[in-house]
Amino acid sequence: MTATSWAWLVLLFPLLGSITIALSYRLTSWRFAGIVGTAAIALAFICGIGALICLLGEDPEARHHASSLWEYASVASLQIKLGIYVDPLSVFMVLIVSGVSTLIHVYSFGYMQSDEGYHRFFSYLNFFVFSMLLLVLAGNFVLLIVGWAFVGFASYALISFWYRRTTATRAGMKAFVINVVGDIGLVLAAFLIFQQLHTFDYTEVFAKAPQVFHTNQWTVTAICLLLLVGAFAKSAQLPFHTWLPDAMEGPTPVSSLIHAATMVTAGVYLIARTHVLFVLAPTAADIAAFVGLATLLVAASIALVMTDLKRAIAYSTMSQIGYMVVGVSIGAYSAGMFHLMTHAFFKALLFMAAGSIISAMANNQNIDDMRGFGKAMRFTSIAMLCGSLALAAFPGTSGFFSKDEILAYATQRGGMYLIFTVLGYAGALLTAVYTFRLVFRVLPGRPCKEAQELIDTGHLAHEPPRNPASGEEEDTDVGFPGAEHHIAEQAPSMKWAMAVLSFLALFAGLVQVPGLDHMVTNFLAPVFADSPLAAIEPSTGASWVGLLIGAAISVAGIGIAYWAYVLRPEVPGKLIERFGWLHTFLYNKWYFDELIDVLVVRPALAIGRFANRTFERFVVDGLVTGTGETVREAGSVVRAVQNGLVRTYALLLLVGFAALALYFLISSS
Amino acid sequence: MNISWYIVLSALLFTIGAIGILVRRSPMVILLCLELMLNAGNLALVAFSREVGNAQGQVFALVVMVIAACEVVVGLGLIVAIFRRKLPLDVDDLRELRG
Repeated sequence: MTATSWAWLVLLFPLLGSITIALSYRLTSWRFAGIVGTAAIALAFICGIGALICLLGEDPEARHHASSLWEYASVASLQIKLGIYVDPLSVFMVLIVSGVSTLIHVYSFGYMQSDEGYHRFFSYLNFFVFSMLLLVLAGNFVLLIVGWAFVGFASYALISFWYRRTTATRAGMKAFVINVVGDIGLVLAAFLIFQQLHTFDYTEVFAKAPQVFHTNQWTVTAICLLLLVGAFAKSAQLPFHTWLPDAMEGPTPVSSLIHAATMVTAGVYLIARTHVLFVLAPTAADIAAFVGLATLLVAASIALVMTDLKRAIAYSTMSQIGYMVVGVSIGAYSAGMFHLMTHAFFKALLFMAAGSIISAMANNQNIDDMRGFGKAMRFTSIAMLCGSLALAAFPGTSGFFSKDEILAYATQRGGMYLIFTVLGYAGALLTAVYTFRLVFRVLPGRPCKEAQELIDTGHLAHEPPRNPASGEEEDTDVGFPGAEHHIAEQAPSMKWAMAVLSFLALFAGLVQVPGLDHMVTNFLAPVFADSPLAAIEPSTGASWVGLLIGAAISVAGIGIAYWAYVLRPEVPGKLIERFGWLHTFLYNKWYFDELIDVLVVRPALAIGRFANRTFERFVVDGLVTGTGETVREAGSVVRAVQNGLVRTYALLLLVGFAALALYFLISSS
Repeated sequence: MNISWYIVLSALLFTIGAIGILVRRSPMVILLCLELMLNAGNLALVAFSREVGNAQGQVFALVVMVIAACEVVVGLGLIVAIFRRKLPLDVDDLRELRG
């Protein structure tokens, strides 16, 4: 079997799974939905491995294949194929997406057990995986946009999964609207590409682009900036990031799958995929890199003060994606993709652990209330520790190697790019502090009420479920996780998923250790061979120096967190008192929501209201009611004739005929 | 005989019928007046036919008679139906087609 047939199978299974579960929800048990959903994704993963083996059996130069099933549209010179493109980059993404998704499906199998919408959940989840795989396998920009939009919809559906929660439905709409803004950017970019190059196919676009465009020509810069709008909206980079923290209203596996491991990295994938264009538009690439840098610092600073467990991790996701965007924008393509992979592992794991703890807290997400879960939930705490160590880039873990590779590349490129190294390390310090702030506040210490109950009786806390955002009591009839909560200690499927991810979070970095092995770089090398930036490679010595600095910073960050949250727990309170304005500023997320509200939402609403009051009221209403009025007026004039008196009709008839006769008499004589 | 006598008679009959329709309110009488007008027309047709010297006008007169018969059937049927429903036999009172 060829690589492309494997890739088609990769797409087929999740789609089939989604449809099967959706259509059979009345006939089958929850167990069926869970097993079918998980099996579909696992099969997709296996087919992904099949494609990988096929590619590895080929000459590195020949590892790219396009295949199409049929023509989507064929008009004049425009031919859009339903085609996929299989090369190391897409297969790499397929493996990450389907692999992590499989584990998250396994986790959801236990976590969502008592939810009313179990079938719906798995159907959406499979649909999401299908869309994401379509996005990464697409062979032209049209199919990319299709996948891109599908993913946006799946995200909307899953954020609003508990649709009785007003906050959740609102968060879903917010995510959808912001994603659509990104879609528009992507669509416009595709239009421009077609206008300039007369094709949508990746292979043709990337072959023609260097011949048609010269470096920094305004058209190619515009294309890249529009692509960036799409990428930033999907990947929650400034200023399109506000939807991601709100998206945490969805069930935790959704946060784990979509809003940490896979969907939000689509922007990074897009930049890596279109690197040919970005090489031609260095200005756009630099803009992307600086936005990524700003995002990673802003998000890390917000994560320092967030008290909502999931939201803090969400900001950390934004920050880590900032690293990836910096990586793929400055030319550290394989390092960026490597970080994407390790991040998928440890962030999915962190969310799973957070979900387990939140379940134990009866859906309370506030870390101020959490304490002492280290004793109460040993397995979850170990998993959380593994994820946190990897996120904080503790020496030897996966995040350690991947993050430093990006920064080492920035150092090697030198000049202006040293800023990325310096501020990247500053971000790494913040990362270590905020990550272990969560760990030290949640795990050690005297157990809180819920944790104590778990230790004493082995029961989970049961309170009337409340909305973590607004504190309102929830409607548990439909659209809410059922009465039972599930934690990793009591649900084997959750435990397995977390165990595998813990292993990967700790050791996946070993596939790419400077001076030892370069599996990811070597595998992806053919994709990026045409970029002059890929030739820049930090020496092994420089990489190890970078790693040592990274290790020192990570340990220092963990040390600061330990000092501030364990040794001297009064310090943070004092700091808040001292720098109240800073805390308020960070706590309100740099007032980005308010800024967007003032700059975009209110003007848009005002324009809408103005149009409603003038254009709608006078022009549209005038036309519509005007037509009706005219007909009615004309009718009321003629109505008098229809009085029902037969003799009047007869008179009119006679008079009419007499008049006609008279006319003909006069005209004929 | 001069054709104008026939035409004058025909015109007179037609006028009587028309006036009858306009002034009388009984559907029965209106029906009779209608017949009068139709036959005035027939008289004119036959007279012209004889003047011109071919049979076409007479054929037309025959067709008009057939139509008149049909019309009387429908009209009388309506009158009987109105009578059966105990409605007033007065076209001014029967202004609205509501049962």
